[in-house]
Amino acid sequence: MRARQWLLMVCAGLFGFAVVALCVVYAVSFRGAGHGVAGIAAIGGPFTLTDDTGATVSEKTLAGKPYAMYFGYTFCPDVCPTTLFDLSRWIKKLGPDADKLNYVFVTVDPERDTVKSMHAYLSSFDQHIRGYTGTPAQIAQIAKEYRVYYKKIPSADGGYTMDHSAIIYLMGPDDKFVTVIPYQEDDASAVAKLKNLAAMTPTS
Amino acid sequence: MRFTETIMRSFSKLVVAAALIAFAAPALAQDSSSIAVEQPYARATPAGAKTGAVYMTIDNKSGTADKLTGASSDVADKLQIHQMKVENGVMKMRELPDGLPVPANGSVVLKPGSYHVMLIGLKKPLTAGESFPLTLTFAKAGTISVTVPVQAMGASQDKGGMGNMGGMGNSNSGGGMGKMEMK
Repeated sequence: MRARQWLLMVCAGLFGFAVVALCVVYAVSFRGAGHGVAGIAAIGGPFTLTDDTGATVSEKTLAGKPYAMYFGYTFCPDVCPTTLFDLSRWIKKLGPDADKLNYVFVTVDPERDTVKSMHAYLSSFDQHIRGYTGTPAQIAQIAKEYRVYYKKIPSADGGYTMDHSAIIYLMGPDDKFVTVIPYQEDDASAVAKLKNLAAMTPTS
Repeated sequence: MRFTETIMRSFSKLVVAAALIAFAAPALAQDSSSIAVEQPYARATPAGAKTGAVYMTIDNKSGTADKLTGASSDVADKLQIHQMKVENGVMKMRELPDGLPVPANGSVVLKPGSYHVMLIGLKKPLTAGESFPLTLTFAKAGTISVTVPVQAMGASQDKGGMGNMGGMGNSNSGGGMGKMEMK
């Protein structure tokens, strides 16, 4: 009798252990998927756009330095200026490390965001930040490569607003995805991420 | 003794009645006093920006629900009441065509990352330190005019909540003016 009870307890214990182990394995694999190898390989790629000075730019323009890339539009009343304002503050906090990175604001509204308007808009933020615009086809191309969601939402009065991904992509010097800074990240964490990114700059 | 007690009682009743009348009268006389607009503000806009946003807290002191149905101002061509949210990393902004409900004996907060009155077709950029008039229209309370001060870019007036945790102090210290760095 006692032996049977003991056996039952062992079985129950083993079962419990198995459940916990399965949960841990599942959680780990789930977390892994979030930062997945597939994701790293999938984000980024070649592009041709025009910067806010009118120069033609491509992925080669950014080669050699890690970079922070944000997609938005200048008719955006809240999230975009807030993010660019935050980014400006973080760039200041980087100090001398700031020059080790490139910073790019890519419009998802090429119809309204001309070279000129992008340039004027960015004059209000840290001067490290460059603006990229292009034809609707060129913007569609880069958005696809960076897995950026954007959609034109017509309003009743004939105008429109844009739904768009509101995260800053941090890319390595080899053009490989490193991590993101989500909307409203706190200063300490965002600056730490940018510092880590700056440390990836190849020293020649 | 009993006589003074009776007098005292009727006197206190009188005081209560007088107080009730005193408080109730203005509420009955002016309907719009049921709505109070507190701490309206806008943020300075980047150079050449065609849009801006106004934030505020709307208090409804009456027992009936009301609704913010429209807004007008000289600073922009059009004003719309918007709901904004970030879902799974995607920013979504929508006009509220039926207006923004203000619950009875409650309030609604317009703040960055949430509801705002959107200024469309700004006639000139909003500059920190300046202010502009704004007229709000409510379904029941009618129109209410307020003066909106323009604060620095990134300014926040969150009363409690997430805004006060870490981010707020920093955003306020981020520079008094819209321009962060001179060329």
